[in-house]
Amino acid sequence: MAEALTPHLPALLWGIPLLPMLAAAAIAFLPNARGRIASKLALGALGLSCVLALLAAACTLTPGEDGPFRLSTVVDWFTFGSTRLQVGVLLDPMTAAMIAMVTFVALWIFIYSTGYMADEKRFGRFFGFLSLFCGAMLMVVLANSLLLLFVAWELVGLASYLLIGFYFEKPSAAAAAQKAFITTRVGDMAFFLGMIWLYRQTGTLLFYDGGDGLLESGALASLAGTTTLGGLTVSAAAALLLLVGAMGKSGQVPLHTWLPDAMEGPTPVSALIHAATMVAAGVFLVARVHPIFANGGDVTTALTATAWIGGITALYAALVAVAQYDFKRILAYSTVSQLGFMMVALGTGGVGAAMFHLIAHAFFKALLFLSAGSVIHGCHGEQDIRKMGGLSKPLRRTFLAYSIGMMALAGFPFLFSGFWSKEAILHSAEIWPGGKGPFALAVAAALLTAFYMTRQALLVFFGKPRQPGVEHPHESPSVMLVPLYVLAAGAVLLSIIATPFWPWFEKWLHGEVAHFHGGAFGEHGAIFLLILSLALVTVGVGAGWAVYRRVSNDSGAPDPLSGKLGPLWRFLENAMGFDALYQKAIIGPLARLASLIDALERGLMVPLMAAGETVLKAFGRLTGAGDERGLNAGFDGACSGLKRRAAGASRAQAGRIQPYLRTIGLGVAVLLVLYLWL
Amino acid sequence: MLLTLILAPLAGAALLAAWRGAGDRAAGRLAAWWSLIPIVLVALLGFRGANAQGLMADWSLDWIPDAGITLSFAVDGTSWLFLLLTALVTAFVLAVSIQKGLTSRSYAALILVMETMLLGVFTARHFIPFFLGWEMTLIPAYLLIRLWGGPNAPRAARRFFIVTLGGGVCMLLGFLALQIGVNTMDFGQLTEMASKGELAAGLATTFAGTGLTGPTLLLTVAVAVLLGLAVKIPIVPFHAWLPDAYAEAPTPVTMLLTGLLSKMGVYGLLRVFLPVFPEVYATLAPWLAALAVATVLLGAVAALAQKDLKRILAYSSVNHLGYCVLAAAAVVASQGDRESASSAISGAFLQAFNHGIIASAMFFGIAILESRSGGLRGLDDFGGLRARVPVLCGLMGLAIFASLGLPGLSGFIGEFLVFNGTFGLLPWAAAVSVLGLLFTAIFLLRLIRKVFHGPLGQLGSNWADLSASERWLFAPVIALIVIPGLWPQVLLQFLNADTLRLLDFLKP
Repeated sequence: MAEALTPHLPALLWGIPLLPMLAAAAIAFLPNARGRIASKLALGALGLSCVLALLAAACTLTPGEDGPFRLSTVVDWFTFGSTRLQVGVLLDPMTAAMIAMVTFVALWIFIYSTGYMADEKRFGRFFGFLSLFCGAMLMVVLANSLLLLFVAWELVGLASYLLIGFYFEKPSAAAAAQKAFITTRVGDMAFFLGMIWLYRQTGTLLFYDGGDGLLESGALASLAGTTTLGGLTVSAAAALLLLVGAMGKSGQVPLHTWLPDAMEGPTPVSALIHAATMVAAGVFLVARVHPIFANGGDVTTALTATAWIGGITALYAALVAVAQYDFKRILAYSTVSQLGFMMVALGTGGVGAAMFHLIAHAFFKALLFLSAGSVIHGCHGEQDIRKMGGLSKPLRRTFLAYSIGMMALAGFPFLFSGFWSKEAILHSAEIWPGGKGPFALAVAAALLTAFYMTRQALLVFFGKPRQPGVEHPHESPSVMLVPLYVLAAGAVLLSIIATPFWPWFEKWLHGEVAHFHGGAFGEHGAIFLLILSLALVTVGVGAGWAVYRRVSNDSGAPDPLSGKLGPLWRFLENAMGFDALYQKAIIGPLARLASLIDALERGLMVPLMAAGETVLKAFGRLTGAGDERGLNAGFDGACSGLKRRAAGASRAQAGRIQPYLRTIGLGVAVLLVLYLWL
Repeated sequence: MLLTLILAPLAGAALLAAWRGAGDRAAGRLAAWWSLIPIVLVALLGFRGANAQGLMADWSLDWIPDAGITLSFAVDGTSWLFLLLTALVTAFVLAVSIQKGLTSRSYAALILVMETMLLGVFTARHFIPFFLGWEMTLIPAYLLIRLWGGPNAPRAARRFFIVTLGGGVCMLLGFLALQIGVNTMDFGQLTEMASKGELAAGLATTFAGTGLTGPTLLLTVAVAVLLGLAVKIPIVPFHAWLPDAYAEAPTPVTMLLTGLLSKMGVYGLLRVFLPVFPEVYATLAPWLAALAVATVLLGAVAALAQKDLKRILAYSSVNHLGYCVLAAAAVVASQGDRESASSAISGAFLQAFNHGIIASAMFFGIAILESRSGGLRGLDDFGGLRARVPVLCGLMGLAIFASLGLPGLSGFIGEFLVFNGTFGLLPWAAAVSVLGLLFTAIFLLRLIRKVFHGPLGQLGSNWADLSASERWLFAPVIALIVIPGLWPQVLLQFLNADTLRLLDFLKP
């Protein structure tokens, strides 16, 4: 089948992102009242995309001649001067994994949304924005050109802006949307510069172009061979700029502050942002241009920076997640933390581990957010976990789905994809020759992950209900439950393809054939890591159980840890004060600078201009012998005349502009006189 | 055909002047319909295509043969793009003016007069017709601001007039010196001589009495010319007239000011200044780069502090045209790097064209807000309007995202090419100017948040969304934002041949 498809692959690949985008464009022209049609259009387009993506992914199962399957296309986009700028699409196992995951996970989020958003009056618009979001994300992963990737990347940003601010009437949602766009744009500008730098250095922005691409040996040698500021190679400098871009989109410290606020969007949007689209884009970018990051060995400047930023982010967000009360906010910080894990993997050379964690995480995080939505839906909009409790009985089905997602995230052993992907990341960090720092940070973060997820599960689903409002929650309809089951199944079953015994996923990315390998644990200290992983989850869950097993029935009671940790707890609760810091260090000063500039404009520039005007007027009086009244009086006189006539609209005005013509004519006259005189 | 095109709007103005019995509404409609004639003629020129010399049409007349002054006009691909912009924006402005009730005969006639002058500037091949058009746009612009503007319009209009006139005088003196020194003001001849390095030598011989060297003399001339352009574009610090003039002018006239008049400056900088003064590039390069960065940043930062929607967009225009200046600085610094220079030039022309369209769309949005709100246009006057007028919000939002350089819309390609051309030559200037792109996003998104998002206030609670005629007016502008964004070649194909020809003259 794959052979029969191959000639049509390029067209098919373009279809994958364009179908949802076209659906979005069509929905833009539909009136709001046609919401049902809009949702069908969006689902149909994405469903078709999903089929195409799975077909395309099937083609990549056969490796290429040397290395993985790879198909790249190149088309002209535009020409400036005599330089052609080309773009194209690319299919390799990494892209295949992403398009399959994005279309599949998003499809179930779409289906869930038809139930979750059923009462929304702007139902159709919502599906239009969702379609744009998915289409743009699919373009990001399919692009064979850094420029096309950037274009799609920015469209992802636009779609996230529209969706986070979907409830724009709420000032907090409007502010969160703006914050998301601007914070990520800080990263985007670095990306923009990095991209242009690469283009100036190599003359191409195509990833693969028959040997002339950016990720192929010629360009990489040129990038590594040129040094720039501070002794960095251009490769390293450009990679660091791209990394800043990825940090913005993927919520890495210090550009992470938008992501927790992004929950202002409807819950299905949070699921999309945190799983299939948006935050995955940054990790994917680094994975895609990894040859540039790793241009010069396993421990380059760019890789070291990636690993450390990832490690710091993983631990930071895990610490903060411990002290949050909002159901979705805990999940949001857990996303930041898990993205940090992925960055650790990328920095330490584990591209396969990062990609697998990205995909596994997409399943279980979408599952967790959709379960959260189901809980919130059931509790009539309540999001504070202090007010929940005892929900495992009334929301039995949701609880079941949530538990699978929770165990996958916490890294419960053997059965869950999250366990294997996290293990692979720890393995990658542990054997990295660049130092053990990122490994240590990741280990601490893994421990905390098990702890805070246990806390959340206990407070929400166990004990007794702590608030009258949530005593009688209702279970969600099956249109919302079926997606949960599907994603839960994915979170479990995915683990089959990436265990040390049968590392099919990793081999697929590299274009190799995987063989069953029963003795995998005997090698390279793998048994040590297995024990470590088991210990981490046991200690984390155990500690969580010990602290939160018997929590007070009073919803106003403080968290058991807050008393013990004191000011540290409040520090964590405030997410270590990044927002306040930015307010003080950046936003405030920028506003003051703007006011200062404005004051200078009004107080200095305008008076200066007035002074210049006086000089010119004096000059005009001296030279304008034909206009005794001076320029100004002449204008005003003529103008009031014209205005009277304009008001009366009685006759032509042409004769009245003579004084001005005279002024212009003066210039020409001076010119002629001077010319003849000389 | 070229002469017909240039004079067609003037004929319309004459018709209006002669038609004494016309009611206001009839006059406005006549002008709007009449302004379609130049669009058709420009389109015909475009279909005709360029000849072997790259010209679509030319016309010339020996006006004062003794002084070598010819009224010569020619259209190549680049000029054509500016003619298209002029014809489109003028027609749009006249149509929007009807919506705003600005329809008196004199108002419409002045706009048509201005269109003729602009068409002349964008096609002139000799300084005298260029300068005549350049200065004569001032008169209608002055009157339009003065007579139909806001409460402080007289002062704003006067300052606009005097400052730009002052700049014009500097430019005139500069070219006068060239006429005396090398005996020509024909752009083609000057370019030819400049590429052989003859301008400085010619000036040195003629002005030997001053004791100054040729390069110094030429630099003085170049600075004088640049001053005239700097006021018009404007380049910081010669921009002080702009915020008041843009804010006080009636909104359709603001569209003309930012969409077309500022483009004369950009056009002059790229098509007159660059080819004529390559001999002084080395001296000017760092200064022009510094001024460009100052323009980009000051425009963006000052816009952050504004509370009046029109002043926000006024400073935003300063910022956006700063990228054109940045591109010019890159060309000045290019030293034979043809690929960077061609990227910068292409980017600057695209940016100029796209800014004209995008700014028109945004100001149209403001014009609608003004007419719905009875003249209010403060940032804090509105709130939550998206709930009432979603179509207006969507279309204006699209223009705003185009303005902040969202890929897929027209603004991005120009900015990409400018930065691509600048980065290799002036890396620091490019890196710092990127902050301008960031700040633009801040003040434009804040505009959306304050005006359209949040809870709906008293104001706007009974507004109707866009009427059919308003939608039809928006449609072509939105198409001109979306199509070149996805398919930049539609514009670039007119530029490339001229860009390469221009670069041939710029020897290092």
